[in-house]
Amino acid sequence: MSAPSSYTWPYPIRYGQQDTHETDVLILGGGIAGVWAAIAARRTGARVMIMEKADTRRSGAGGTGVDHWNYAADNPCSTITPEEMTQALVDNHYGYRSGISTYIFTSSAYETLLEMEAMGGKVRDTDDEYKGAPFRDERTKLLFAYDYQNRYTLRVWGANYKPLLRRQCKKLGVEILDRTSATALLTENGVHGARIVGVTGVDCHTGAFVVVRAKAVILATNRPQRIFTFSSEQRGSAVHRGGSNVGNGYAMAWRIGAEFTMMEKTMRTVFASPYNFPIYGSGNMHNTWYPATIVDANNKEVPWVDCNGKILTSVEERCRPAEGQKFFLMGGGNAYPPPGLKQYAGPKLIPDLEARMLKGEFTPPFYADLTSMPWYERKVIWGLMVGQEGKTRIPIVQTYEKAGFDPAQDMLQAYDFLRGQGMAETGAPQERTFGEIGVAGGLLVNWDLMSNIPGLFGAGDLLFGSQDHGNAATTGRYAGARAALYARGVRHGELAAVQVEREKKRVYVPLAESPDSMDWKELNFGVARVMQNYCSELKNEELLTLAETWLADIEQNEVRRVSAKNPHQLMRTLDVIDILTCAQMIVQASQARKASSHVLSFNRIDYPAVDPPEWRKYLVIGRDAGGQTRVTDRPLGFWGDLPSNYGPRHAENIAAMQAAQTTAAT
Amino acid sequence: MDTPVVYATPNPPTPGRPVIFNPAVCNGCNTCAAVCPEDVFIPNPVKGESPIILHPEECWYCGVCVDDCNHGGGIRLNHPLQQRVRWKRKATGEHFRMR
Repeated sequence: MSAPSSYTWPYPIRYGQQDTHETDVLILGGGIAGVWAAIAARRTGARVMIMEKADTRRSGAGGTGVDHWNYAADNPCSTITPEEMTQALVDNHYGYRSGISTYIFTSSAYETLLEMEAMGGKVRDTDDEYKGAPFRDERTKLLFAYDYQNRYTLRVWGANYKPLLRRQCKKLGVEILDRTSATALLTENGVHGARIVGVTGVDCHTGAFVVVRAKAVILATNRPQRIFTFSSEQRGSAVHRGGSNVGNGYAMAWRIGAEFTMMEKTMRTVFASPYNFPIYGSGNMHNTWYPATIVDANNKEVPWVDCNGKILTSVEERCRPAEGQKFFLMGGGNAYPPPGLKQYAGPKLIPDLEARMLKGEFTPPFYADLTSMPWYERKVIWGLMVGQEGKTRIPIVQTYEKAGFDPAQDMLQAYDFLRGQGMAETGAPQERTFGEIGVAGGLLVNWDLMSNIPGLFGAGDLLFGSQDHGNAATTGRYAGARAALYARGVRHGELAAVQVEREKKRVYVPLAESPDSMDWKELNFGVARVMQNYCSELKNEELLTLAETWLADIEQNEVRRVSAKNPHQLMRTLDVIDILTCAQMIVQASQARKASSHVLSFNRIDYPAVDPPEWRKYLVIGRDAGGQTRVTDRPLGFWGDLPSNYGPRHAENIAAMQAAQTTAAT
Repeated sequence: MDTPVVYATPNPPTPGRPVIFNPAVCNGCNTCAAVCPEDVFIPNPVKGESPIILHPEECWYCGVCVDDCNHGGGIRLNHPLQQRVRWKRKATGEHFRMR
C-alpha cells in the first residue's frame, strides 16, 4: 500500500484566534438531554445556543437510537403512578438515586414522548405489525416491555429520534456550534463560585478559541468514562457511551466550585471490559433482549424463576409480576450494583445455573434462542428492540443479517452470564467503571435542576443518581424551561478578562513539543492505571492517599509532556485532562466515606462496617476558592415531597412554553 | 520478477479498518465524515474520493456513517475480528460467525 501516512490538515488552522458569541441560555453537549433542553428553552422564548463537541445530528449516547422509553408512569395504560414508580426506583437503590430527576422522569416521560411523536417520531404500532401481541394496547397501539400487566415502559421506534430533534432545533432557531468542545465555565468577574456568565471552548477542526456570553448554562455533557480502563484498540464497539463522554461538565463545574455527590460509587462490570462484545450484539436475556430464551449447547432450555423462586414454565410468565408482587422493575438478572429489593425483582434465569453447569446438568456454550419463542417476541426483540436501540440498527441487525444471521433459525451465542448471570460484578477486579451503566454520581441540583452555582443547570446522565434516554429527554426539557425562566430575570454578567486569558493560555499548552513528548492515549492509560491500582475494588486510607499522590504527580509532571499535533488531538488531550480531574474527584469522595457500602459498591477494608446507619447519607464534595475540597452531607430523601416541589414548577414550565409560542404566533 | 517497492511505515493502529467504502457507490460527499460522533474521518484531499479514515481506533461502531450515507451502501461497518460473534443454526447444528 502506498498511501501517504500523513495528510495536510484539511481545515483552516486558527489557533489563538477568538470567536465571540452571546446568547441567553447556552447548552453544553448536544446529545439527547441537550437538544431537548434547547427545544424547551427556545419554546420558552429564550435565545438558545448549543455547543457540541461532535455533530448534533447524531451525537451523544442516545444519538443512534432508543428502544425502551422507560418508567413512563404518566402513560394512559400504566397502573403505576409516578409517585409509586419513583419510590420503587429510589428504594431499589436503597435511597441512592435522585428523587428529583427520577420524579421528573416518571411524571413526564409520556408527555415528552408525545412531543417526540409530534416531531415525527414513531411511538406506536400504527402499521399493526404486532396486532394481537400481549404487550400491545389495542386502543392506543402502544407497545410495552417487561411487565405486560402494569405497562409502564414503552417500546418505541427511536433510531431516528435524534435527527428529528436536531431538525426541530434548527426549525426553532437554536444556534448550534458543532465540533466545538467546551473547556471552562466563566463566573461573574472571575470570582470562584459566583454566578455563571459564559463559557470558553475550542473548535475541534480549526483550533480557534471560542467565548460565549450567556445568562444561564445547562451542562448536558454526560458522565466521565475511561477512568479505570482504557484501550482504544479494543473497546469501541463494546461501550455504551462514545469517546466524547469524558466528563467535561464534571471537570469544568468542579473547577469553579460546583457541588457533586455519590462520586465514590464506582462498579465492577463486564461493560468496562475490553473483552466485551458489541453491546446488545451477543446472546443474552436482559434489557433489550428481555425475555429471551436461553439454551445450552444441547438445546436444553435454562429455566426462569420469579422472585419467589417459582420455576416459570411459559414465556408469558416472564412478563408478569410474581404472586404477592404488584409490579416488577427490569428482569433478566440485570442487577448492576446495588442488587435490588426482592419486592421489585423481575424474573431471571435460575440462580444456581453455574453450579448446575459444573455438575454437568447444562453444557456450555449457551445461546439466546429466539427461534422457539412466539413470533411476536422474536419479532419485537430482534426487529424492534435490537433494531432501534442505540448502536444496534447498523452494527447488529443490518450487519448480522447481511452475514446470514436469521433469528427464526439461528441462535446467537451468549458470552456474559456464566459468572453471575448478568453484567454486574463480572470481569476482572480492575475493570471498574464510573457509570458506564447504572445510576452514578454527578452534579448536585435542586428542584430547578440548578447547582449551587447560580445560573448553572444540569440535565441527563450528568445529574446525580440519574440514567436513561427518557431521563435525558425529560430532565433536558425541564432544565431548558427552568434555565430560560431564570435567564429572564438576570442581565448578562461581566466576563473577567483575566479568567478568559488564563483559560486561553491553558488550552494551547499541549501544542508545545517537548523532547520527551507522549500522546493523549498514553496519558489516559497512565491515569487509568493509577485508578486501577489505588482506587479499585479494595480501598483504604493508604491506597487512596497514594491515588491522590500519583494523580497529582501526573497533573504536575506528566500532563506537560502531552503533545497535540492538530486540533483533534488538542481536543482529545483536553478531554484526558478532564478525565484526570474526574479521577481526582472520585478519589476525594472515596477518601471522605469512612465506611463500606454494598449499595455504592464501595469496599473500605479499613472501615469494614457495611452501610452503618450513620453513613447512610449522601456525601457532597466541592472545591473552595483556595483549591481545598470541602465535604458536607445530605440526608437520604433530602429533596422532600415530590408532587409539591415538582407540580408548580412543571406547570410554570408548560405555561411559559405555551405563552411564548402564542406570542410568537401573533 | 520486479523488485517490489517497500515503504518504511509505523505500525498502524488496531483495529485499523472500522469501515469499508464501496468506491462504486461513494462519491466523496463526506456526509459520513460530517456526522461521525468521533470525528474518525477527514475529507479526502482528492475531490470525489472517499474520506480518509484518520482515527480508526477511535471508532465507536455506532454505524451512523452507514445509516446516514446519502447514497445507500457507499460505506459498510467492519467489526474487528475479536468482536465477531458466533451463532448456531438450531435445526442443523452448523456454526457460523460474523463475516
